[in-house]
Amino acid sequence: MWNKRREEEYSPKPSTPPPAPVESSREVPPPVASAPVRPQAPEPPRGVAAIGKSVIIKGQILSREDLYLDGEMEGTVEVPEHRLTIGPHAKLQAGIRAREVLVLGAVNGNVEASEKIDIRKDARLIGDIKTGGIIIEDGAYFKGSIDIVRGSDGKQPAVSAKPAPAPAGAAPAEQKR
Amino acid sequence: MFSDRWKPLARGVAAGQRSPQFPSARNVQAPGKGLDDRGACARNSNALEQFFAYIQNDTGVRLLDLSGASQANIGFITNLGYKLYSDDLLQTMEMAFGNSNGDFYENQMLPEKVEEFLAQALDFPEGHFDGALLWDALEFMAPPLLKAVVDRLFTIVKPRSYLLAIFHADEKAESIPAYYYRIADAKTLLLAGRGSRKPAQFFNNRAVEKLFQPFESVKFFLSRDALREVIVKR
Repeated sequence: MWNKRREEEYSPKPSTPPPAPVESSREVPPPVASAPVRPQAPEPPRGVAAIGKSVIIKGQILSREDLYLDGEMEGTVEVPEHRLTIGPHAKLQAGIRAREVLVLGAVNGNVEASEKIDIRKDARLIGDIKTGGIIIEDGAYFKGSIDIVRGSDGKQPAVSAKPAPAPAGAAPAEQKR
Repeated sequence: MFSDRWKPLARGVAAGQRSPQFPSARNVQAPGKGLDDRGACARNSNALEQFFAYIQNDTGVRLLDLSGASQANIGFITNLGYKLYSDDLLQTMEMAFGNSNGDFYENQMLPEKVEEFLAQALDFPEGHFDGALLWDALEFMAPPLLKAVVDRLFTIVKPRSYLLAIFHADEKAESIPAYYYRIADAKTLLLAGRGSRKPAQFFNNRAVEKLFQPFESVKFFLSRDALREVIVKR
């Protein structure tokens, strides 16, 4: 569901010229309503900033749009209001801050995802997570602490398919190695 | 498709390096009814229930879960409002002791490798946790590593905190299945096989008591299956 919404946002506005074709856009069909909700290995959608798998970056990335990162990165990545997708070829030695983080590759560093983090099968994440919600598939490797932060709207964090009521005054999960 | 995939895992036969897809709790039969159609085993766990009954702390509980990160455990623990550190200790052991020359257990005799492992897996401040879910990881540790790990656990958990460990009760078994332990609810565990392995040693009650000698008490939970559950109080 959220993917669909995101993909709609990626679609170019009618008043603006279409984005310059990128290598992957020729292979990827345009997002349609019937697109799978959770593709196994998503390609960067049209209109999304993408860093390819042969790119190596040392330093800081600050993005004000959705970002697909599939290369090597050392430093910090900030996508504060948008979604960061860490592709299957990515190797990140970086601190990450984003609204949503989708991890398919390898990350060594702390991650702060204000809305949610989704760690897919075969992904590898070593570091501490601070997030509003977490989805972790079996087959993913994770080592670190998990800090579930409750949103200001008081919503229950999305951490379980079978949520149990949190005790009154329950503190968010956090601990540091 | 799923049933074929899970059958060998349920028998404790190695099925490659890949972690199995773990079924959600609602797809698993009631405790005591053995395997579900995908081979995941649900079992009652009185020790688990007791463990979470013991763990009470107004200031926020920190738990160490060494069965590897899973949606089930993360959801259960964080929904209680507890803080969680997650690691797959058995996998870390395999990486530390199984990838170089020499036997898995022989490598555990090497002091430098033991130190390296402790620094990698259990490098926490003193009194950092209010409880630790050790599951069956201790069964696959040779004595030098085992002692070092238990000593380290003694240090990193708070006084009056608790550990939960599981040991196989079959003393004649030459190899025992290892599991991923997933918390279905406060008294139900879901066990998914992750291959079988020769145990480092057999633990009878006396051996377990001796192992946790520095701790205040050891409480055993006997069951009809081949697993012995233990709660240790620091």
